[in-house]
Amino acid sequence: MTDYILEMQGIVKEFPGVKALNDVNFKVKRGEIHCLVGENGAGKSTLMKVLSGVYPYGSYTGDIRYNGEVQKFRKISDSEGKGIVIIYQELALIPELSIYENIFFGHEIMKGKSIDWNETITQARNMLGKVGLKADPSQPVKTLGVGNQQLVEIAKALSKDVKLLILDEPTASLNEDDSQNLLQLLRELKAQGVTCIMISHKLREITAIADTITVLRDGATITTMDATSRTIEEAEIIKYMVGREMDNIYPKRKKHAFGDIALELKNWTVVDPVKNREILHHIDLHVRKGEIVGIQGLMGAGRTELAMSMFGNPTGYRISTGKLFMDGRGVTLKHPKDAIRHGLAYVSEDRKGNGLFLGQDIRYNITISNLEELVDGLSINENEEIAIANDYKESINIKAPSIEQKVGNLSGGNQQKVQLAKWMFAKPNVLILDEPTRGIDVGAKYEIYSLMNRLVEQGMSIIMISSELPEVLGMSDRLYVMSEGTIAGELLTEDATEEKVMAMAVSS
Amino acid sequence: MSNNNTKPGFVQELVTLARTNMREYMMYIAFIIIMVFFAIQTDGGFLQARNIANLINQAGYVAVMAIGMTIILIICHIDLSVGYVAGFSGAVAAILMTKYHMNEWLAILVVLVLGLLIGLYQGLLVTKVGVPAFVTTLAGMFIFRGLLNLSLQDTGTIIIPNEGFKALSNGFIPDIFPNDKIHVLTLLIGVILVALMILSSVKERKNKIKYHFEVSSFPVFLLKQFIVAVVIMIVMWTLARYQGIPWTAVIVGVVLLIYNYMLNRTKLGRAIYGIGGNAQAAELSGINVQKVTLFAFCSVSLMASLGGILYTSRLQSATPTAGLGFEMDAIASSYIGGVAVSGGVGKVTNTIIGTLVIMSLTNGMNLMEIDISYQYIVKGLIFIIAVAFDVRSRRKK
Repeated sequence: MTDYILEMQGIVKEFPGVKALNDVNFKVKRGEIHCLVGENGAGKSTLMKVLSGVYPYGSYTGDIRYNGEVQKFRKISDSEGKGIVIIYQELALIPELSIYENIFFGHEIMKGKSIDWNETITQARNMLGKVGLKADPSQPVKTLGVGNQQLVEIAKALSKDVKLLILDEPTASLNEDDSQNLLQLLRELKAQGVTCIMISHKLREITAIADTITVLRDGATITTMDATSRTIEEAEIIKYMVGREMDNIYPKRKKHAFGDIALELKNWTVVDPVKNREILHHIDLHVRKGEIVGIQGLMGAGRTELAMSMFGNPTGYRISTGKLFMDGRGVTLKHPKDAIRHGLAYVSEDRKGNGLFLGQDIRYNITISNLEELVDGLSINENEEIAIANDYKESINIKAPSIEQKVGNLSGGNQQKVQLAKWMFAKPNVLILDEPTRGIDVGAKYEIYSLMNRLVEQGMSIIMISSELPEVLGMSDRLYVMSEGTIAGELLTEDATEEKVMAMAVSS
Repeated sequence: MSNNNTKPGFVQELVTLARTNMREYMMYIAFIIIMVFFAIQTDGGFLQARNIANLINQAGYVAVMAIGMTIILIICHIDLSVGYVAGFSGAVAAILMTKYHMNEWLAILVVLVLGLLIGLYQGLLVTKVGVPAFVTTLAGMFIFRGLLNLSLQDTGTIIIPNEGFKALSNGFIPDIFPNDKIHVLTLLIGVILVALMILSSVKERKNKIKYHFEVSSFPVFLLKQFIVAVVIMIVMWTLARYQGIPWTAVIVGVVLLIYNYMLNRTKLGRAIYGIGGNAQAAELSGINVQKVTLFAFCSVSLMASLGGILYTSRLQSATPTAGLGFEMDAIASSYIGGVAVSGGVGKVTNTIIGTLVIMSLTNGMNLMEIDISYQYIVKGLIFIIAVAFDVRSRRKK
């Protein structure tokens, strides 16, 4: 009989309006490296949060067996107490503190009532030896590169006597050398008896390191493959990742000719000054009047950064080379305000964080980005404002008792429609939609797709960023695939298949 | 939610109304309780015309500062320096008028410009340099306290001779038909205020009905208008029996009107609420967050200077202790008036009620000859209860 360290059975986790996990089965053998793959939103991170107790026992249904016993984790410390440690993509280190303080943060070594710093430093040195990091334990963590910080995280996990180590996209922000080092370390840990679950998008790494591969899609387990008995091709994994049937959920739009180029980026390179890292490299792209251009790529490929850098760059990135052309003329947009004035609009992926004013009503939210049009002298013409807000409410079917309703009380789909109304009222020539249908139900999705069709038929250009492959293929006329801050490829939709796109997205 | 056929009864509607606007009504009720309490404790002395006029004159400087503070708090910043900015501004005004014999109106103008510059300095530190408002204005507290002491070091307290300046917070508007019994202009202004208020409410109600918004039923609407009209007329009648409307009330009224208009009817007002509610979304909606923040700092320091002028006028002198604790009253007024501690919510009209609550406490306890130490404790307790209540009632929604 196989010795499983972890068996998760029939896991169902619901969020309001969405079933994030639907009857997931996931078994991990003791001492193996088990890779968990799937598209964005497939449910990988949710599953790991269920396992670690971030979503406490009772908020999901199904069984978690660990070492053969049913577990009821209510908080992270419960699972850590049993030797289950997660390392997230966003590292949880405190940059200003030293390596040894970080390693033992939260489980300090005590001597009586006070911390035993000598013992702490000795043990930290020990742990650093195990992960092969040659650094002075008293060095602040912020002086280390990302790759070495990752090693500190692993050292921290080892110090908690980890039995089951979970890594969420550990190599996403690492360069090739650091990635190889990390994978080598995982093999060594395996030899020492540590079981490892690795979530990753990088199929090359997965095929190189995995003993077992489990594919999740739409919150369900699709397959579990044994990689020790046979070689698994990347293409096979991709097939399972995307193998969804294209439903008839994308409204047809009339064939129409495209106009001139409305927006063009040439040689666009962007630097994040905080991390002092180039995040976008020499991007060229364009969109014509009346065209929907899709931008597809996995998480971390730089899609949102690209959109923000075009839209007046509110995050303070530095554009080191390149130029943005609107209607053939080069423009410099220093603030979203300039971008709006030049006919650009950006519907944020994070509608609660970046898009909407949840405490304000529908009317406020719709008119806020184009109040100029409503101002008579100094005052806002409220009658006209009400009429306009009511028009949008009717025409795009925002379901609410009145435009005085607070946006925070609306459903996700209706909130998204308010966001769209807001940017339609700004009367843009080019509309950037970032994940326009994330977290909303199928009916509202259809309405939003129909609205997009209506807008391009009127001559607007749309750039649609989406990690949902079927959506990109179903809605775009043409698409770009991004990977690691570059355009990995450009395809006409009629030539594109999910497999082709996914192969480009995981190409680097 | 839309107007359906089952219309609730009059009383039932009042109950629902009270429930949904609990926060606002609680403030009025607390204010009434405080007034009744002091009226009883002082054998009616608290409600005498002379004391009401006094209360208004005492509350004026806090009111204008609290209005400025409300904007700062809505956009999730704070200004601790307003007290000493006010004290310093008063000292500068006094020096200009006595040492340099400057005309009082010119001196006031100079001091208001000084306030704007102080706001510009603190606002630039917050927006361009990125120093948190708390730190910037805490440093401002040190600096302006020092400047206040320095400016009065040689002279000590300066007595102000200018009649016009002293009238700002001691004088009353002139009457059109001077007589011994009643101040006619005050009554007339009362009637005009009531008429304007009813007209605008009727217009607003009509508009709301036109766009199918929820409105209260006609009897409830009438009752509301009636209550407000009666309150205004009682206050005006009381003032008219004394010496009429104090100039301070006129100044506060004008400032209130301007800020209320700005917050409710202009782009700038929308931007202020937007930044308080979600600064990132505001930036992405094309609002220049830095510029609006800078404006808010200029406005709060301008109001601090105005407050300093009113306070100096009230005392008829500039003293080195002026400004001590003003920021506490201004911040407390805003929060008691319903500014959300998380920002994004607040009304200057309610801030004025908050000021009246705080200043009634001061005035009433002074009349009762309660020791200043207890006064601070009582004000602090009422402040924290109001905010705790506010936080709870917002969380429930």
